[in-house]
Amino acid sequence: MVLHINGVKQEVTTDADVELLSVLRNELELTGTKYGCGEGACGACTVLVNGRPTRSCITPVSAVSGKEIITIEGLAKNGKLHPVQQSFLAADPFQCSYCASGMIMSAVALLNSNPAPTETAIVNAMNGNICRCGTYPNIVNAIKLASKP
Amino acid sequence: MEDPNKLPHPYEPFAGELPEQAAVQSVIDRRKFFKLFGGGLAVAFVLHDLFSFADEGGVSMPPSVPASQVAAWIHIGEDGKVNVYTGKVEVGQNIRTSLSQIVAEELKVPIASITMIMGDTDLVPFDAGTFGSRTTPQMGTQLRKAAATAREVIVDMAAKSWNSEIKSLRAEDGFVLNTATGKKLGFGEITKGQQLLLPISDQAQVTAAKDWKVAGKTVLKVNGESFLTGKHQYVSDMKLPGMLYGKVLRAPSYNARLVSVDTKSAKAIAGVTVVHEGDFVGVAATDPVTARKALQAIDAKWQENHEQPSTATVFDYLVKTSQPGGGRNAPNSKGNIRDGLLAADFTQDRTYHINYIAHVPLEPRAALARWVDGKLTVWTGTQRPFGVQDDLAGVFNVAKEKVRVIMPDTGSGYGGKHSGEAAIEAARISRVAGKPVKLVWTREEEFTWAYFRPGGVIKVESGLKADGTITAWKFQNYNSGGAGLSTQYNIANHEIVHFPSDSPLKQGSYRGLASTANVFARESHMTDMARQVKMDQLAFRLKNLDDVRLKAVLELAAKRFGWGNTTKTTGQGFGLACGYEKGGYVATCAEVYVNNDKEVKVVRVTQAFECGAIVNPLHLENQVMGSIVQGLGGALFEAIDFKEGKILNPDLTGYRVPRFSDMPKIEIVTIDRKDLPSAGAGEAAILGIAPAIRNAILDATGVALTNLPLVPTGSLA
Repeated sequence: MVLHINGVKQEVTTDADVELLSVLRNELELTGTKYGCGEGACGACTVLVNGRPTRSCITPVSAVSGKEIITIEGLAKNGKLHPVQQSFLAADPFQCSYCASGMIMSAVALLNSNPAPTETAIVNAMNGNICRCGTYPNIVNAIKLASKP
Repeated sequence: MEDPNKLPHPYEPFAGELPEQAAVQSVIDRRKFFKLFGGGLAVAFVLHDLFSFADEGGVSMPPSVPASQVAAWIHIGEDGKVNVYTGKVEVGQNIRTSLSQIVAEELKVPIASITMIMGDTDLVPFDAGTFGSRTTPQMGTQLRKAAATAREVIVDMAAKSWNSEIKSLRAEDGFVLNTATGKKLGFGEITKGQQLLLPISDQAQVTAAKDWKVAGKTVLKVNGESFLTGKHQYVSDMKLPGMLYGKVLRAPSYNARLVSVDTKSAKAIAGVTVVHEGDFVGVAATDPVTARKALQAIDAKWQENHEQPSTATVFDYLVKTSQPGGGRNAPNSKGNIRDGLLAADFTQDRTYHINYIAHVPLEPRAALARWVDGKLTVWTGTQRPFGVQDDLAGVFNVAKEKVRVIMPDTGSGYGGKHSGEAAIEAARISRVAGKPVKLVWTREEEFTWAYFRPGGVIKVESGLKADGTITAWKFQNYNSGGAGLSTQYNIANHEIVHFPSDSPLKQGSYRGLASTANVFARESHMTDMARQVKMDQLAFRLKNLDDVRLKAVLELAAKRFGWGNTTKTTGQGFGLACGYEKGGYVATCAEVYVNNDKEVKVVRVTQAFECGAIVNPLHLENQVMGSIVQGLGGALFEAIDFKEGKILNPDLTGYRVPRFSDMPKIEIVTIDRKDLPSAGAGEAAILGIAPAIRNAILDATGVALTNLPLVPTGSLA
């Protein structure tokens, strides 16, 4: 099977029913995408599939074959952080940061479809992502910083 | 140095969380040290000698430091790079940043020149663990002195080499400047070719907080970018050549006995190793999918114990199995309770119930173990690297020197990662497999096989005069624990006791420990008493308090919240609570709205917090915010549900944690007491939120809730 990940075609040998998260982390060594719950409930494993935020821990790899997958490693271009990463760097919202990759991927998806989201829109879009350190209001601020008024 | 154990609010370790000997040293051979890290200057710390060098200012080795036994704290290399060694670990408190600030401040070097080496038992001095809000008051103080010692010696060396007076020299930005001649020398140039080891000098002049230039300011997370790009390697991300993926066979319930196990089918899978030692059965395979399949192929028969307490029966069980308090749990009495109750105009009896809750660190337990020539190295996310080193040495019967535990920055802990289960499991499988083994717990394993914040029952009986004077306070805590047990209010007669019980669930530390339970009961009861005498909640507390720091946060929180300025509308309620723990003082005001369907919404929270001199304002606010939000979960809906030795909600759909949509409007206000030593900030800030919300619900509805969580279904029954 061939996956399109971060603009590169990658041959993978795993069974079709294995979850995308496991392929990313263990076969392709893209460990920026995290395991948090294995049931799609925490958002730590969020990647973009054809631009949509997708929980890779419950997505069989066969379902994304031929689709455009972007992981946290694919955001920075030519050594320059993605604007959303830059905003998060400036706002410094996190504590342990284990949720960071998933939060940033969800935020990128939101801002791609809605460049100037209201606070309600941010909460709705981000509500599937858990930050157990409880930095939600800081994350909202980081997303506002990245939005284009 | 202020000894945190002698502070009025000592850290209370949970049983088994401290090493047997307190003064075990991690030592590293002096020659090896300089070979490893290069020449230059190192400030050493030897536990039993800490203050005995106070009067020795020289740069030679004091005779009392054995040349071969040195544990370094700060090393300045010939290139001017600074390494700082500490057994404290980073689980999101941002101490990698705040400790860097402290060293940069005292050593007078740029933060960028500092590398923090944390939680590596081969490289850092012994440390009991990262808990009890001790990093800032204890480690911060030690590093401050170590840095000041190094700076003074370097300036001294520069003075000697220039043959000039120390007065005219100034350390700045990693250089010594000679203000008389304009000459300038880098720290690395000054110490070049030397192998200097200094004891920490207690006489070294440290900078007063009011004069801080680097500490006391917001500095962004020093390694922040690595987390935002996914580059940071948590233990669960690590990989070694030839590494296998491990899994462990779990019992279907607690206290189940393995009757028989058939591993033939698992062994038959290509590349699978099966480890069976007693009740332990583990597998390893070249990829995690195969490891999972191998585990499923194991046929195990268990004898389960169905006679175990459940959520429904546990509170009775905890009271029934409680033991009389003794030792650290001895009753704390003053006056005579009976006299106090007789003198009262009003009395009140209430029993509070505290459910078991889970820490739910987003990164579950993980370990990567490797054996090479009888030496074991384990990378694992633990708040006690040296404790886990001890555990591993014990389990595998090897000398401690043969065990190295390394803790990279980890996906949170909240007091929930004091243990080394995954480390032991990975090492056990690796030893048999003969290859490195990584083992990452599933969310279900983390919920089931880690440990919980204790559940508990708290009985409070109080007596009160009509004028608001408290005459009697009887406080009996079953199983929750001793932290935050004593009351801060002025009461003539009290009797306060913690009874340990037989907990059916494995329990341990939590953010703020038992004070989350004790402060909830105390502050709930205080508001009930205020209502008995028709006094305002704030006025009633202030009347019975002397502690000026606590009063200061109460008054500040109330002022910023607009306490007493608003007329209540239907369904609206206001509550407040306060407390202190481990040097942190907190007061919380909450506004709730309860609609006609009795659904409870927390609308607004204002929290004031004070923990001495602030080291990093942004990261302090993050810690306080995190405490409020985590506390909100335990206040409103978090509870472990269990029956017959099984956890019934071991997942994030069954166990609800706070999300974006649960956020009230949160206002945080901090007091920067530059005249006081800095205390930790990760724990005390959690105390106020639950009782403040509870008291606000009471204010809105007249319903005095006595259980944590308050509204597990979202509405009042």
